[in-house]
Amino acid sequence: MSQFAINIIFVGGSFLLYILIAIWAKAGSTKDFYVAGGGVHPITNGMAIGADWMSAASFISMAGIIAASGYASSAYLMGWTGGYVLLAMLLAPYLRKFGKFTVPEFIGDRFYSKQARMVAVICLIVASLTYVIGQMAGAGVAFSRFLEVDSTMGLIIAAVVIFIYSVLGGMKGITYTQVAQYCVLIIAYTIPAVFISLQLTGNPIPALGLFSTHIDSGMPILDKLNQVITDVGFTEYSADVDSHLNMVLFTLTLMIGTAGLPHVIIRFFTVPKVADARWSAGWALVFIALLYLTAPAVASMARLNLMTTIYPDGTAAEPIRYADRPQWIKEWEITGLIQFEDKNGDGRIQMYNDGSSEAAKAFQPEAEARGWDGNEFTYNRDILVLANPEIANLPGWVIGLIAAGGLAAALSTAAGLLLAISSAISHDLIKGAINPGITEKGELVAARISMAVAIILATYLGANPPGFAAQVVALAFGIAAASLFPALMMGIFSKRVNNTGAIAGMLCGLVFTLSYIFVYKGWLFIPGTANLADTPENWVFGISPLSIGAIGAIVNFAVAFAVSNATEEPPVEIQELVESVRYPRGAGQAQDH
Amino acid sequence: MSGHSYDAEKYWKANLRLIFGSLVIWALVSYGFGIVLRPMLSGIPIGGTDLGFWFAQQGSILTFIALIFHYAWRMNKIDEKFGVEEE
Repeated sequence: MSQFAINIIFVGGSFLLYILIAIWAKAGSTKDFYVAGGGVHPITNGMAIGADWMSAASFISMAGIIAASGYASSAYLMGWTGGYVLLAMLLAPYLRKFGKFTVPEFIGDRFYSKQARMVAVICLIVASLTYVIGQMAGAGVAFSRFLEVDSTMGLIIAAVVIFIYSVLGGMKGITYTQVAQYCVLIIAYTIPAVFISLQLTGNPIPALGLFSTHIDSGMPILDKLNQVITDVGFTEYSADVDSHLNMVLFTLTLMIGTAGLPHVIIRFFTVPKVADARWSAGWALVFIALLYLTAPAVASMARLNLMTTIYPDGTAAEPIRYADRPQWIKEWEITGLIQFEDKNGDGRIQMYNDGSSEAAKAFQPEAEARGWDGNEFTYNRDILVLANPEIANLPGWVIGLIAAGGLAAALSTAAGLLLAISSAISHDLIKGAINPGITEKGELVAARISMAVAIILATYLGANPPGFAAQVVALAFGIAAASLFPALMMGIFSKRVNNTGAIAGMLCGLVFTLSYIFVYKGWLFIPGTANLADTPENWVFGISPLSIGAIGAIVNFAVAFAVSNATEEPPVEIQELVESVRYPRGAGQAQDH
Repeated sequence: MSGHSYDAEKYWKANLRLIFGSLVIWALVSYGFGIVLRPMLSGIPIGGTDLGFWFAQQGSILTFIALIFHYAWRMNKIDEKFGVEEE
């Protein structure tokens, strides 16, 4: 059977499964649609959170980023998991006790202000929409590589599948498809990693293989990796970073951004009890950790395998001839994601660091002595996980599995984000502001229509990604960290913060963060409008635009407290509301009123 | 809650203490051992690298899981002790 047929079977089979689940879990009420009826078991919910959270970025990109920069990228591993500690202790149980459907609804009620609710709606929509573009684009890449269809066609297929199960089933359909998608994606991620770990270290658990001995060389695998990459001028894999401050702030931004992302928070509204919200966060992190503990192993082993492919006889010997390159390189060359240019005309692939880092400069004389004329091999780091089974010569069904897994990761996150967007529109905007008298049936129709519109918009943006697609992570996390997280936390932990303080805090945090990002990345990401080049020398105190959300959050907290203390206390009934979210008793299920 | 405000206050303080303790460990393993204190731990080798590298790539994640389950378990006990658990 051809590889193409195998891929079709795996991807088609998984899509069929999602649609069957959707038909079984059709939503009958707004409560089904927004919070899956409020009766989801904490372990089930943990698994759904895992799929909701682990996006194309986690599945496809993260290991590639870690492979490229080693220790320096640990911020992603710690940041995207540490946020769950904050969720479990600072937000989830209390928001579950509050018992409403959406995040802006809590902010609106707690700060007794429609304006606060609308600011939250805007933050939510901007953060979620920028995030969903990345998912659709990721799904497009997976489609075009594995199903040999045009990526726009692939996106339309993906959109139809998401449409069926999210419009029909709402949160209920999404929850149970996400459980299935979690299983698909974790199996797809783990199996190739296990094989590769066995090949390289003899240890079947990749997370342990990372710290084991490399069979061929008898050295610890990380030592071996450090050796082969420094041999050709790359920075040491485990090297420390230049700025601890920047790494701390970047990690912190990712953590509080994670805790403040609405599509994750609303998943905690689906469990029956406050205690279940706490357990859910723990289970979610267990399911997430299964992938996150494997990712650094995948990263280092794939990097080592790539080096061995190019330098089969060691870095001191000549690299592989272009004519002898393995099949997977040929296939990825077609997509343009791997490129070779024979600069010195010797017919061999010289892959080394000809950049401007210290290590690269130190290697320059040796490269010249060997007759090398610049790096000849470039690859897009996003292909690393997808190409991993091919690099390690694994059987065809593993490749089919990776295709289904990558799509599961992208689709599950996209569906969660789209639900957050559509509930903000139908519940907060239409029912909350425009037409409070809308019937439940009318609201359900509105929710489905806004979901459909959001899917069409996301598909369009995924097919025609704006030039700033790569920058959206900074934007989504910066917004969630600087605006939503502090507002939610102060709403629970302070009785003193009032409407004026909260709105001022959110706006200041937001404007501060966006300005800092735009100064380096261009205003509204329009090319040529950046005021300063985005390089470490220009950053204030060495803080990169990616790390600024944490400072934005501090600005938010400081402004909110200062303004609240200068203005009147919140009314008594609001203080009682804060009191009531702190105590689990009497939670009942998530409700409308 | 106005009826048992004294107990309610003690319950909330117990929660805040537990959160504070958990977050100290949360910060120590990630920002501490994983980043800022890594150079000080570089003398402790672990499988081809140092302890700080392990905390940054795996140790902190494992600690986070333990922290959340410990918090959930302790809070459920505290809920019962103060009689604010769900029916």
